[in-house]
Amino acid sequence: MNAVLVQIINVVVILLFVVFGAALLTWVERRLLGIWQDRYGPNRVGPFGSLQIVADMIKLLMKQDWVPPFADRLVFIVAPAIAMFVVVAAFAVIPMAPGVGVIDLNIGLLFFLAMTSLGVYAVMFGAYASDNKYALLGGLRAAAQMVSYEVFMGLSLMGVVMLAGSFNLREVVLAQADGWYIVPQFVGFLIFFMAGIAESHRTPFDLPEAEHELTAGFHTEYSGMKFAMFFLGEYVSVLMTAAMITVLFLGGWLGPAWLPPLAWFLLKTAALVLSMILIRGALPRPRYDQLMAFGWKLMLPLALINLLATGALTLM
Amino acid sequence: MMWINLYSLMFYVSGAITLLAAFMLITRHNAVHALLYLIVSSLSTAIIFYLLGAAFAAAMEVIVYAGAVMILFVFVVMMLNQGQRSAAHEAAWLPAKGWIMPGILTAILLILMVSSLVVEVVPMEVHEVTVKQVGTALFGPYMLVVELASFLLLSGLIGAFHIARKMPQTHNPEQSQ
Repeated sequence: MNAVLVQIINVVVILLFVVFGAALLTWVERRLLGIWQDRYGPNRVGPFGSLQIVADMIKLLMKQDWVPPFADRLVFIVAPAIAMFVVVAAFAVIPMAPGVGVIDLNIGLLFFLAMTSLGVYAVMFGAYASDNKYALLGGLRAAAQMVSYEVFMGLSLMGVVMLAGSFNLREVVLAQADGWYIVPQFVGFLIFFMAGIAESHRTPFDLPEAEHELTAGFHTEYSGMKFAMFFLGEYVSVLMTAAMITVLFLGGWLGPAWLPPLAWFLLKTAALVLSMILIRGALPRPRYDQLMAFGWKLMLPLALINLLATGALTLM
Repeated sequence: MMWINLYSLMFYVSGAITLLAAFMLITRHNAVHALLYLIVSSLSTAIIFYLLGAAFAAAMEVIVYAGAVMILFVFVVMMLNQGQRSAAHEAAWLPAKGWIMPGILTAILLILMVSSLVVEVVPMEVHEVTVKQVGTALFGPYMLVVELASFLLLSGLIGAFHIARKMPQTHNPEQSQ
């Protein structure tokens, strides 16, 4: 009974951490971008503006829950729920520290890939159900982009699987006791990092919602809490990509003993999230064909070469 | 004991969802709704695979079928943008008389399947198949099949490349003006 109770507390705390962490991230991002761009960002509500998320949440909850009359009602409502569900579900397999984590799945890495591949539906169904040309264009872009980047996202991880000899994320972390995989798998790390940004469609890979040409892309017709779920889903997916890189390439919770394991995990994840925000502040958006060519002509061959080289070195 | 009950409950619930989703899939007129049900049915099939111990097959069912093949379907359907008019066209192509023969054939198949299920009661036995076992099976006894599948994929890739390639000297009205 005690074990069940511990597990329930584990699940609830991690769920709250993920959702509130993502909400807090919206403020962190606006504030940091402001500082890097030599302005203040939101600094009025609460100390340093940190209660801005509460204000945003009240605003979004008070808004009328509206479905456009021309929209496909069922699909329109299901789409944001998918967006939120898949990223939160993917968090279940991430081991944060010994004893902290929702489930210890033998196919943990494959479960993560499965959930990210389902994430495309949120965007596509949202775009289709909106019955809006901007949304449809955004949705088609998102679908093509996410399907292409998924291919070498999976391939870039296979090097880690080969070295660790397991799909179980806990075993992957423990296998890094002698050295983090970022050193032997540096190419894989770079490819996964970029594919992760593309999967959560953030700048510079945010063509699906490029506001200068597509108003807001696939979520043009969304407002209120449904929009908030798309928005929050994106931030959860940023957190998830960072947590996944920490687990796969940066040794997860492993670190010198003067900090507890969980603190190491959170520290590494936070550093990665900040670097992803910095990328948004630093890089411009490419043209759509450049984005696709970059994926298929550079990233895919690199991922394949990395896979071949790792395989050859493992067999030697 | 409780665990086994919960286990079979999950098995039957996901089986029922699979069947219901499959039924909804073939009765929908809206193609996107039909695809939504098809995705639900392949997800619940994945749960059944997982419950039977084939964790790798479950993951592949989601990644390949639900995550890649269905997306291409949705992609095409979205671009076709079917409305009420095409639904009427489709209804005209499928008159009620056309259903008689397929109906009889399917009924025979159903009787065969149900009778085979009734005669043979196999107790459900779960043994987990690890990823390593799948790998050794694929690159051991099934090596030839894997190679043939890769031939097929390669030829498909070449075909797609040929169809999608830009024609070198075609008439382009935008440039000639």
